[in-house]
Amino acid sequence: MSESSAAPGSGASAEVIGAGETSGTGDPSTGGRQPARRHEARPGVLRDILSGSWLVSLLSIAVGLLAGAVLIAASNESVQETLGYFFARPADFFVTAWHVVTEAYIALFRGAIFDWQATSFVRAVRPFTESLVAATPLILAGLGIALGFRSGLFNIGGQGQVILGAILAGFLGYWLTLPAGLHLVVAVLGGIAGGALWGGIAGALKARTGANEVIVTIMLNSIAGYLIAYLLKQQWFTQSGSANPQSRDVDATASLFPLLPDPFRLNAGFLIAVAATVLVWWLLERSTLGFEFRAVGENPHAARTAGISVGRVTFLVMALAGALAGLAGASQVLGTEDKLTIGIAGSLGFDAITVALLGRSRPLGTFLAGLLFGAFKAGGYTMQAQTGTPIDIILVVQSVIVLLIAAPPLVRGLFRLPAPAGKEAR
Amino acid sequence: MNVERKSEAVKRKHLAPAAAILATGALVLSACGEAPEDSAAGDGGGDNSDYKACIVSDQGGWDDKSFNESAKAGLDMAVEELGIDHATAESSADADFGPNVDNMVSQGCNITLGVGFLLEGAIHDAAEANTDLHFGLVDATFTDDDSNTVELDNGKPIIFNTAEAAYLAGYLAAGMSESGTVATFGGIQIPSVTIFMDGFVDGVAKYNEDNGDEEVKVLGWDKEAQSGSFSGDFENQSQGQALTEQFISQDADIIMPVAGPVGLGAASAASADGDTSIVWVDQDGYESTEYGDIILTTVQKEIATAVKDTIAQDVEGNFSSEPYVGTLENGGVDLAPYHDFEDEVPEELDAKVQELKEQIISGDIVVESPSTP
Repeated sequence: MSESSAAPGSGASAEVIGAGETSGTGDPSTGGRQPARRHEARPGVLRDILSGSWLVSLLSIAVGLLAGAVLIAASNESVQETLGYFFARPADFFVTAWHVVTEAYIALFRGAIFDWQATSFVRAVRPFTESLVAATPLILAGLGIALGFRSGLFNIGGQGQVILGAILAGFLGYWLTLPAGLHLVVAVLGGIAGGALWGGIAGALKARTGANEVIVTIMLNSIAGYLIAYLLKQQWFTQSGSANPQSRDVDATASLFPLLPDPFRLNAGFLIAVAATVLVWWLLERSTLGFEFRAVGENPHAARTAGISVGRVTFLVMALAGALAGLAGASQVLGTEDKLTIGIAGSLGFDAITVALLGRSRPLGTFLAGLLFGAFKAGGYTMQAQTGTPIDIILVVQSVIVLLIAAPPLVRGLFRLPAPAGKEAR
Repeated sequence: MNVERKSEAVKRKHLAPAAAILATGALVLSACGEAPEDSAAGDGGGDNSDYKACIVSDQGGWDDKSFNESAKAGLDMAVEELGIDHATAESSADADFGPNVDNMVSQGCNITLGVGFLLEGAIHDAAEANTDLHFGLVDATFTDDDSNTVELDNGKPIIFNTAEAAYLAGYLAAGMSESGTVATFGGIQIPSVTIFMDGFVDGVAKYNEDNGDEEVKVLGWDKEAQSGSFSGDFENQSQGQALTEQFISQDADIIMPVAGPVGLGAASAASADGDTSIVWVDQDGYESTEYGDIILTTVQKEIATAVKDTIAQDVEGNFSSEPYVGTLENGGVDLAPYHDFEDEVPEELDAKVQELKEQIISGDIVVESPSTP
């Protein structure tokens, strides 16, 4: 009984949308000449919007923020107190929860975009530039991961590649003495080389021996982590008199130059991120090499039959992905941190995976996803400092977003959206 | 597709009431309390709500059972006693330090404390850029680009000469060891860790000097070479367990882990062995851990008190940038009571330890370490 009564209800919304667009908007591609085919393809503007992947992304972000709101309310002590006498005075609970959640998200916004409560104009506009600063390494490392995904490689080694990039860029930055400009170029190239080396090892092992790149890159992450810990104990490497595991400061000649005057931290690293995005777009979408990458990603067997050397592509993709992650490491040590420490890479290599996933492994998508997560990061600092909201909630919001992105049918199910035309659940 | 939708709908229909019943049940059980009377929230202690003290952690976070937690406890004490406003920020990566400190500055914190040497750069920069605000750095001094110690007018280092208390622990451990072998290991080889190990080794050496016939060995740290055993981080407890098992198999029966929560792994290995005891560090392990019955004593580092005092001084307008150095003399470092081992420590050994403590305070004995602040 319940089956028959429930089915029309849930099915109806999809049917109505389908019917509305076929009869209403018409269909430019078939031009009405083949009415019989309309039913199968069901194209149409409305359907495109409803099944479009970007709508799924937006809804995922909305659901992520909603989940974060629940957690912010649940973890807040005063909200917990009002729950204790919920039935005596329920309004208290709703008012307090609303107040706590809006306050946290307003602080998030003020820390990420624009702070209208700041004491000076500079302070007010600084948050947006801070978001860009936080986004820079995420975009660079995310591009590296995205490149791997497009070529069918699960590069989990972003972390190790970032560390190697930072090690080489930083070391060249304080060890060499070169004129300004040249020094910066050498240090940045060092970062690229370090990352490419670490990615290349995994690529070569996969190409030569068929070793699983997931396992190899994870292991290389550990090796990189212990390598930097070891190096920072060596006096010849750190070049500093400090007994703490940290290096000397990078020379001013090798620092990524600031784009804005002093209180701002925005530096040339962001320009590198923009350039890298364009370059990766060109590589993937316009170049022969990128075509080979994508061909191998779609179907390695077919690519091999078509005369593409899968081994060569595997190596090149991993080396390039490593180079991009290495640039992320270089942007950290030469741009904002100025010195090498054991935690220089933070969790960049893993955050980059979520950025690439949210960006659907497209260069522009990865760029935008990097901006969003950079904004979350910068806003998270303010949210934590001003409202005492645990910063882990930002991580949960990000994770929920990526979780939903990775499972589009889940979002479609939640919002009763139709599946994309011509495709099974993506 | 229709079939799928149908079964989905069915599932939902069955799930929804079940979830509703569960949720209602939970609410009914937990939500029947009385609503409080409306009253202005009055905090105990004085009222200095226009003063704001802020603190930024390193990656360990506020629940690291080590210096971050102690420093936070100090802030909490100050908030309770002085009625001041406060803000806290946890860092999860090195790149977080700058923005976290900056956020404290921009919300006008009167004093901002950074915990750990990694915060030196961020606190140092902020102190130079904001000469009207006060800053503090726990467990490290301010340094210039060439790692020379520098003094800032508005920055106070809070540091500890833990070697003094560890010296007493080393002497005590050597006297209490039945196998003639004791051991120590650290989390990461940094001065604030190795200073414990230096003091411990020197204490054992002092015991050997006083009792020429028996030679107690120390595993895990060579003070001359400044090299020894480290678990590699302050998180991986199983690494601490593995190291401790190795020490036990080499006959060590008293072990001092200087590795924050990693020490819990050491305590669990010692507890499993049954004949091994632990010298804890930082906060009194008899109270802060569940391994009180095997904890001989604790090399205490009173970070909480030092943090609270620093804030209290600033509230009163008596901020001074002079470094606070915790010693046996001012009680900043100390040896905790023996608790369960009270009856087992021979009286003459305890008397000797107290005598050494007096000698260190009076300056007759100077405990030296390359890491002495």
